[in-house]
Amino acid sequence: MTKSGVKREGIMGTLSGWLYLAPALAFLIFFMVYPLIDVFIYSFEEGYNSASQTYFGIGGYNYSYVLRDPYFLQAVKNTFILVIFTVPISTILALLISLALNSIEKLKKLFQTIYFLPYVTNTLAVGLVFMILFRKTPYTDGLINMMIKALGMTTVDFIEGPYWAKMLVLCVYVIWIVMPFKILILTSALASVNPVYYKAARIDGASKTRIFFKITLPMISPMIFYLVITGFIGAFKAYSDAVAIFGVDLNAAGMNTMVGYVYDMLYGDGGGYPSYASAAAIILFAIVLTITVINLIVSKKTAPKG
Amino acid sequence: MEVRLEHLTKIFPSRDKKGSEVVAVNDFDFTIPEGKLIGLLGPSGCGKSTVLYMICGLEKPTSGKIYFGEDDVTDIPSEKRGVGLVFQNYALYPHLTVRQNITFPLENLKGEEKLTKEQRNQKALEAAKLVQIEGLMDRKPGEMSGGQQQRVAIARALVKMPKVLLMDEPLSNLDARLRLQTREEIRRIQKATGITTIFVTHDQEEAMSISDMIVVMKDGIFQQMDAPQKVYDDPVNLFVAKFLGTPAINVFEAEVNDKKLYIGEDMVMDKVNVKDGPVWCGIRPEGFILDEEGALHCSLTGVDVMGRDTSIVSTNPKMTGLNIRAIISAEDLKLTSKDSVRFNIKRNKTLLFDKETEARIYYD
Repeated sequence: MTKSGVKREGIMGTLSGWLYLAPALAFLIFFMVYPLIDVFIYSFEEGYNSASQTYFGIGGYNYSYVLRDPYFLQAVKNTFILVIFTVPISTILALLISLALNSIEKLKKLFQTIYFLPYVTNTLAVGLVFMILFRKTPYTDGLINMMIKALGMTTVDFIEGPYWAKMLVLCVYVIWIVMPFKILILTSALASVNPVYYKAARIDGASKTRIFFKITLPMISPMIFYLVITGFIGAFKAYSDAVAIFGVDLNAAGMNTMVGYVYDMLYGDGGGYPSYASAAAIILFAIVLTITVINLIVSKKTAPKG
Repeated sequence: MEVRLEHLTKIFPSRDKKGSEVVAVNDFDFTIPEGKLIGLLGPSGCGKSTVLYMICGLEKPTSGKIYFGEDDVTDIPSEKRGVGLVFQNYALYPHLTVRQNITFPLENLKGEEKLTKEQRNQKALEAAKLVQIEGLMDRKPGEMSGGQQQRVAIARALVKMPKVLLMDEPLSNLDARLRLQTREEIRRIQKATGITTIFVTHDQEEAMSISDMIVVMKDGIFQQMDAPQKVYDDPVNLFVAKFLGTPAINVFEAEVNDKKLYIGEDMVMDKVNVKDGPVWCGIRPEGFILDEEGALHCSLTGVDVMGRDTSIVSTNPKMTGLNIRAIISAEDLKLTSKDSVRFNIKRNKTLLFDKETEARIYYD
């Protein structure tokens, strides 16, 4: 084949490659890129009226409003608490459970199924159950409070009581919801480590803890990083979880999340404030992007090669 | 260190309830002398690796004992036995550098044996020098060739100066040229360190070329243990005779009648001092002498020249296998006919085996 032939094949190859990508790319542009740009534009349009499609001017007022809105600040605080507690706790717990699952032989399949059940259960249904478990009403203390009472401690209303109690329920709920997927990923990651490395490490005289930290953990670290990154993103986008437990008026409950704030701004108060919602959405996007980039840099530096 | 196996047996339970249990190793009872290179040889799936895993402690024997010198190590965990093991696929930790891989066993030492970082690196460097990879200490295993990885694996196994070095199919993942080179290397390293080394292989040529002694096993049963040439010249049964040597031994259905050995109608050897009856007659490829007046009549198929060997390929109604291969030196090659060939056979290259038990029948 001549040189130009090779070259043409290269160009044709690139062209056909783009052609194959076109449908997916079109969807991405219409449903991801365009809305993102649109939201970005909305966020700078001051006094936008969705009925007349008009606005007064362009500037940063939407951002300064949102950043001074106590509901938004509450939502940011809630979201960060949720992220900081649920991501590490759920990942470590999932790792411990996966290790246990991997070390048993009998009933392994049964336990794997049991641990996976929450994943296929409706979040709202689970939220309802959590609410019933944790709630304290004039008629009943609820199961959790009954247990607290039995231990001789003071009962507390976790659903409509103090902030820390409500936050605790939300964190427990989120951890419980995200664990099955993490366990699924980690058990398969653990199972995929070639047992010959464990044999080699045993011959080399490594203790069990050393094998775990020096062999197992580095080998499954790509999966752990994947879970941490998606966990961060997921927790930042939490909304339905809070609704499931505390109902739709999250601002009143003081349990709103950032996505919840965006939603309320869009649809609350009859028509809502799309400009404020856009500004809040862009702030959330910036936070998630920053955290994800940091995560990726850290994982690149520590992840094993080859 | 001398390694002594005493009635060593390993039985694996069946995977399901209906299946039968597998006797992987059946009553092994022999002594491996100190400082020798031993090849454990047998076809795939015959339990060689299980023997190795029992010696290093990764598998517990069902019954029997293992001694290192005078010490019974049967119940001692592998890390305390002082063994080094080189795995078939090397099992280098992919996330660690060569140096970290080699120092890994040293970092596990506790108490009085504990080494400082400098001592560990020093020992790692010595081991690396021994296998000639000292220039690659900061590479990751994924960045190295198979042969280099193999050397790292050997260095890692040697760094603690084990009493016994075990290798599981050490050459099977290498290409043909590298295999030749590496087996010489293993020989050199073993000689340099003087460590009793046992390696497992299914390749008889590999085992024959570098071992001081070979152990042949089949289906979990010990067959023979001796110096490679001795096993080749003097196999105890038909299996061992067939397993060793390329081209393989030519086996004929033969019969002894009145101290004369017949292959079909041809009386190929006399003064065969065994009782009359059918036997297996094995003739090594180098056991044929081309002779126009020879006793054994065969139909000529062709002549193969492979490097230094010239082999005459022929057939005989009484042979087993596809054809008869006779290796003849090139200057003796004088064929008078296009379709038939006659041989005389060398007495010392002709082996007789019992038709039923396939055990060797000695004559003279």
